[in-house]
Amino acid sequence: MKLKLAFTGLAAICLFVGAGMALSPASIAQNAQGGTKPDGKTLKPAASFQSITNQQQRSVALFQEAGKVIQHPRCVNCHPATDRPLQGATMHPHQPPVFRGDGGMGMPGMQCTTCHSPQNTPVVGQADTIKSIPGNPAWHLAPIEMAWVGKSLGQICQQIKDPARNGGKSMDQIVEHMAHDELVGWGWDPGAGREPVPGTQAEFGELIKAWVDTGAACPAS
Amino acid sequence: MTLQDLNTSRRGFIAGSGLVIGVAIAPKFLSAAPTGVRAGGDSALLPMNTFVRVGTDDTVTVLSKHIEFGQGPFTGLATLVAEELDADWSQMRAVHSPTENKIYANLAFGLQGTGGSSSIANSYEQMRKAGAAARAMLVAAAANEWKVPASEITVEKGRIKHAASGKESGFGAFAEKAAKQMPGEPKLKDPKDFKLIGTELPKLDTRGKINGTAIFTLDITPDNLLIAVVAHPEHFGATVKSFDDAEAHKVQGVVDVKQVPSGVAVYADNTFAALKGRDALSIEWDLSKAETRSSEELAAEYVRHFREPGIEATNKGNVDDAFKATGVQSIEAEIVFPFLAHAPMEPLDAVFIKSGDGSVDIYNGAQFPAMDQQVAAKILGMDEKQVRVNTQLAGGSFGRKAQFGSPYMQEAANVYKASGGSRPLKHMWTREDDIRGGFYRPMYAHRMRGAINADGQITAWEQSIVGQSIMGKADLDSTSVEGASNLPYAIPNLKVTSHNVKLVIPPLWWRSVGHTHTGFAVETFVDELFQKIGKDPVEGRLALLKDEPRHAGVLKKAAEMSNWGSKLPEGRMRGVAVVESFNTYVGQVVEVSVGPEGTPQVHKVWCAVDCGVAINPNVIKAQMEGGIGYGLGAVLFDAVTLGKGGRIIQSNFHDYRSIRINEMPDVAVEIIKSSEKPTGVGEPGVPPVGPAVANAWRRLTGAPVRQLPIVNIVSA
Amino acid sequence: MVSFTLNGQQKEFDGDPDTPLLWVIRDAEKLTGTKYGCGVAQCGACTVHLDGMPRRSCVTPISMVDGSEVITVEGVSGKEADAVKTAWAGLDVPQCGYCQSGQVMSAVALLQMVPKPTDADIDGAMAGNICRCATYHRIRAAIHNAANSMEG
Ligand code: FES
Ligand code: FES
Repeated sequence: MKLKLAFTGLAAICLFVGAGMALSPASIAQNAQGGTKPDGKTLKPAASFQSITNQQQRSVALFQEAGKVIQHPRCVNCHPATDRPLQGATMHPHQPPVFRGDGGMGMPGMQCTTCHSPQNTPVVGQADTIKSIPGNPAWHLAPIEMAWVGKSLGQICQQIKDPARNGGKSMDQIVEHMAHDELVGWGWDPGAGREPVPGTQAEFGELIKAWVDTGAACPAS
Repeated sequence: MTLQDLNTSRRGFIAGSGLVIGVAIAPKFLSAAPTGVRAGGDSALLPMNTFVRVGTDDTVTVLSKHIEFGQGPFTGLATLVAEELDADWSQMRAVHSPTENKIYANLAFGLQGTGGSSSIANSYEQMRKAGAAARAMLVAAAANEWKVPASEITVEKGRIKHAASGKESGFGAFAEKAAKQMPGEPKLKDPKDFKLIGTELPKLDTRGKINGTAIFTLDITPDNLLIAVVAHPEHFGATVKSFDDAEAHKVQGVVDVKQVPSGVAVYADNTFAALKGRDALSIEWDLSKAETRSSEELAAEYVRHFREPGIEATNKGNVDDAFKATGVQSIEAEIVFPFLAHAPMEPLDAVFIKSGDGSVDIYNGAQFPAMDQQVAAKILGMDEKQVRVNTQLAGGSFGRKAQFGSPYMQEAANVYKASGGSRPLKHMWTREDDIRGGFYRPMYAHRMRGAINADGQITAWEQSIVGQSIMGKADLDSTSVEGASNLPYAIPNLKVTSHNVKLVIPPLWWRSVGHTHTGFAVETFVDELFQKIGKDPVEGRLALLKDEPRHAGVLKKAAEMSNWGSKLPEGRMRGVAVVESFNTYVGQVVEVSVGPEGTPQVHKVWCAVDCGVAINPNVIKAQMEGGIGYGLGAVLFDAVTLGKGGRIIQSNFHDYRSIRINEMPDVAVEIIKSSEKPTGVGEPGVPPVGPAVANAWRRLTGAPVRQLPIVNIVSA
Repeated sequence: MVSFTLNGQQKEFDGDPDTPLLWVIRDAEKLTGTKYGCGVAQCGACTVHLDGMPRRSCVTPISMVDGSEVITVEGVSGKEADAVKTAWAGLDVPQCGYCQSGQVMSAVALLQMVPKPTDADIDGAMAGNICRCATYHRIRAAIHNAANSMEG
């Protein structure tokens, strides 16, 4: 059988979803100087965290800033703690009901590719709440060991560092993944009708790199 | 020659005991647009009467005066004909009858139409007589030809035989001669001699629905077809103030844009261009007459009516005294029901094709074809005879297509008229138009009060129902109170009142009409009362149903099927409900646990149905299964909600959820053996499942269901 | 200009490249077995096989179909298709029938991938196909029957 649309083997290296748990952006803002006020749309540049002299505190603050992306519904929705992805800004169970299946690509007969394309597909003249069907060549669910739903940012941080729960990646590979992975990048270009994650993928990659460079310290919670 | 080419050959009515058998004028069908199940081959179909045609190839085609949208009239009516005709099931076919109000009237309403689960009930004698008459004509023709007495001829499984001479023939050979016979008053079989009625015959319309060849309205695609969609407001009662169509005209394929009474119509060469064009319109709506209250605000107003006296529907004994009696405990409940869309799988649509002579053929899933015809003729300014309504298979209805005054045909005809009519036109609704289109099962609020005396007897029941009158009445609308005003339970003091609310949101019947809410309110409240007095829900009901043997019969049967009272797996609970609607009695037991979304997961439904003589158990079971799924989905997931300012929130299946296969319980159906007149099965499967699930849920979680859908309570 | 095959026949489409495959099949090619039910990948009525895999044609821009093979209910064949159709007829699954082309296409795809599906497999493959008539009970039974018939 031809699998023209099927996504090829990226499941193991997909990362980054956060839980929908509350992270207080205010707590981050206090430590960093300069930059724009957090509006949910921008990320503070990694360089702006230089003023935090304590390296561990700086590392934590960097990760907390990156957490604005990690814990955004765009990322969390496909890192569910069950076999069903979530959907939308309200993070409700995906409709129609779809299930994880092999490699997180859905069940035989209803894989992700039954509806999702290699790119976002505009929906014309239908529901005003469905302006496009999201898509990406690597569209699939994160493996269950990378589930973030129900976890704090600190727990997610620990998971990201743990090769047993990050797809066997080194920290360098983590940086590379965050900065350049195409499916991660979808978060900044999620298609019409969907709020993108804050900042840019480059800024996010720099935050992660700076976090790793400062010892990859994790928030306490 | 196919049925589609068949034209008038003669017209002759033979009246007999309320039966009108004649030869209808077949409409001028386009060969491109077959209706229903195509009759086989190239053979001629000879009319025996208005309902039965026999082909020279031995096929028997029944003209169904009822629309086939899944509830099974093609099969049901053909069964009645085949029984009396002594046909073989394999030779039976069915198509929709033409629109001819006098000949094809529903005998239950005196108008050609389908509804109220009446197809079988009103056709039972009529179609049997049509079959018996055709049989007599075939026998007479054979007797003539074989020169033997008709009385010596037998018919069995589609074979006409004369035993003494050894002569034998199929129907086809005598079709032409039989068509010229004049039948006398046909004699009907004694039900004990039925061979086909009551057996599990395969449905006639299955094949084409599996291989994609069945034609629905949306599938009619004549050349040069124009597609039209209408931009509708997001508020009920809103009208177009102004619009700008400049961007719409820029869309490749858009042909025209016109204002119509219900909005702005976009005409295009293909569907996508029509949708894109509609999306490109900018319209300013006049909200001065629109409904701008939210559902929540409406509900708050509804419950205020409880304090008013209301219209009396039933007043038996003395409810006030019963509540005042010493030692009486009073239990109360208020339940609010949301608006529900029917959401038939095929959104509304209609195709208009003008002939060379200026007459117009309309193709649509016509539930009231004669009304559609009148309405369209009026709007098009044409004589009714110049407008032919050709009923098509419809992708469901659940009540949506049965509208007095045919508002959807009004829109379609207006759209066609505004197009100028030079090209064939298909007017189609998107799913959004459907979900937001109104004609909902209205919103209702119920307040119930039950009196329990010191002996643990339920001594009084008071119920007040607030909502729109579907029939548009100022006084009592029986469809608002049916199922409550005739409470089957023997409670000595009963008072039911109704309050009609007027809204611009158009109301409509929705599969099982009043029973959708009264069944839920009555069956959940009575269950709470039983729980209060420590009675088993089945025993408690049976004790109050002593004078209602058919209610009791289905209840006992469902309980027995489920092995009621047996030990259940951990985390599961059973609930029960029994509801009569449209003279059909249905009892259901459900088994429920808390599902993955925190909503009820219904594992199994045991359903017992008493619909009198069971014409086709296969169809009856299918309707119970489907009714259960339809009713369950609504109770679990569905509401059309007006948000702040009155804007309709839901729009498609992502937020107006349909039950899906992973949410569908296993269903077991048993049919009570009965010699009562047959009654309908399209709707009665719906009402009991909701309350049965709510009852199980209340016993499982302690939380009574006072608001629907259940998913909203759980996620709130 | 988009080229693709439809039930084995070469087709070309030079209209709006954003046109969903559904409307190309229905409007341009006049193959009407594939139905419209929602237009937003919620109901499955429009399911076709695109290069052998089930696909909702309502959210498939025709531009994406260039060079692909499209099979609709009218053209689906093979032992799974035969088994599904026979099982469907055997249980009289359809009611109104409008959703059934999509149901059949999803069921055939499931059996092509999983010859002996469990109830969970059936839920997984078929939960995207809405049937407002709620024929689900028979759909499930018919899929099991089809699987059993292919074994024999
Ligand atoms: S029409 Fe494509 S999924 Fe509903
Ligand atoms: S058979 Fe009617 S929608 Fe499925």
